[in-house]
Amino acid sequence: MSYPDDLRYSKEHEWVRVEGSRATIGITSFAADELGDIVFVELPEMGAALTQFGTFGVVESVKAVSDLFAPISGEVVEVNEALRDAPELLNSDPFVEGWIARVELSDTSELDSLMDAGAYATETG
Amino acid sequence: MTYSPHTDADRAAMLKAIGVALADDLFADIPASVRAGRWEVPTPLVEQDVRAELARIAGHNRIPEVSFLGAGVYRHLIPSVVGEVIGRPEFSTAYTPYQPEVSQGTLQSIYEFQSLICELTGMEVATASHYDGATATAEAALMACRLTRRHRVAISAGVNPDYRRVLETYCSGPGVEVVTVPVDLGEGGSGTTDAGAVAAALGDDVACLIAAQPNFYGQLEPMRELADAAHGAGALCVAVVEPTSLAILEAPSEYEADIVVAEGQPLGIPMSFGGPYVGLMAARMASVRQMPGRLVGATRDAQGRKGYVLTLQAREQHIRREKAASNICTNQALMALAATAYLTAVGPQGLREVAELGMTQARHLVAALTDAGVAERRFSGPYLTEVAVRLPDAARRHAVLAEQGIVAGYLLARDEPALADTLLLAATELTTDAEIERLVVALKETA
Repeated sequence: MSYPDDLRYSKEHEWVRVEGSRATIGITSFAADELGDIVFVELPEMGAALTQFGTFGVVESVKAVSDLFAPISGEVVEVNEALRDAPELLNSDPFVEGWIARVELSDTSELDSLMDAGAYATETG
Repeated sequence: MTYSPHTDADRAAMLKAIGVALADDLFADIPASVRAGRWEVPTPLVEQDVRAELARIAGHNRIPEVSFLGAGVYRHLIPSVVGEVIGRPEFSTAYTPYQPEVSQGTLQSIYEFQSLICELTGMEVATASHYDGATATAEAALMACRLTRRHRVAISAGVNPDYRRVLETYCSGPGVEVVTVPVDLGEGGSGTTDAGAVAAALGDDVACLIAAQPNFYGQLEPMRELADAAHGAGALCVAVVEPTSLAILEAPSEYEADIVVAEGQPLGIPMSFGGPYVGLMAARMASVRQMPGRLVGATRDAQGRKGYVLTLQAREQHIRREKAASNICTNQALMALAATAYLTAVGPQGLREVAELGMTQARHLVAALTDAGVAERRFSGPYLTEVAVRLPDAARRHAVLAEQGIVAGYLLARDEPALADTLLLAATELTTDAEIERLVVALKETA
């Protein structure tokens, strides 16, 4: 399986897209497929301080539930409200419409501990 | 299913198959110091001797002729249809089935129970039930902590002291601090939650204010003010209610309670030495994912037929493990069914009559005690079917009456030293004028 080249990936199957001082985060298509049909996403609160690899929310599918682990640290400045009514976006379009939150990055050096698309493909291969 | 005990040959075959000599070898990992010694059990008896022995033991039970004891558990008429329904073998098997959807009848009965509890409380969603009122209250407190992400809970001292003890136990594990808000216990005082103390107890870290309506002393709390105070501090309002009272009091949804819990015993369940009972819980749909325990939902199958399912199971421990909304994901299905049968049998009008008759008899009781100069109300303000009265030398007189087969209510000094010489007396629709007269006469004679 191949993954978008412009993203960084964590071992916990979250992705990060960096745009200036902000980053958009979500879960990978691999994670969404493993979970199955996603029926609920517990989003972080606006202003919440995320810590790299700490939990920041929950995804629930018809057969499983999993914590969301922040791939990077930062303050939540936006959450994807569309997921409240359409959690299935995580399955149908995990890298674009199914984004979960946007954060103001606190330490860009943390990105170095994440994988690129090739490494993540190997990881999940 | 018949019970077929293993034979010695069965046991020997099993032991051989797993490669141990004796059944005791299976327990070798348990240190001898913590093992039970030899059990001192009597030799086998024939059936008639067992019956005689059990009858002898049962003879120690003292069944009062007259009782005014309530304090959280109430004597009500239970229509015979309740026993008939819950005695049906389709229902009387003890446990929620592990493949629940094959038991559509069980799920439908739970769904109807949930619907009745929603109707009674005015709330949007009710659980399939909990063990009892105390555990439902504690679960509501933890639910409020999850919803608000706060870690302190405030509880009125007007909530049943047993519930408060269970709450303390539940909160000790997750490290939730419990703050108790005092009740105005002054002579002739309101007997309700102290408004000033509520304001002091609520801070920006308090998840909920828990208050009872009516409270443990039978007094009616200003629930609307308490709920407003809680909401003003960003906390939730948890209402602990008595279910029959909801037939005449405003629904908790009216005063904007966020979570409603109750002991369901008054709804067709015998007092039976303290259980089994059933805990009720209802809340808003917006907080359903943080509700503890089982929930039954109605849906349609692929052919469009109505069906019932266990829903939102990802909250439960078999999926979410240690992060489950509760570690008790069972329910009291048979007792919930009793409540369902009871509510269906008496109907809205019948339930209203139950509540009104209890109120009427409580007023007869107070009038009779006051007129005879025996006892008088300890508090002022509105009360419902249970009432605290001051009685000089209460503990001794309570004991004397018990010998005569009269339970003169509950001695409040047991939990609250400030309420020495105070009895908590309960009336229900079963309380007769003759019973009230007998209590008054007996108390007079012990003066």
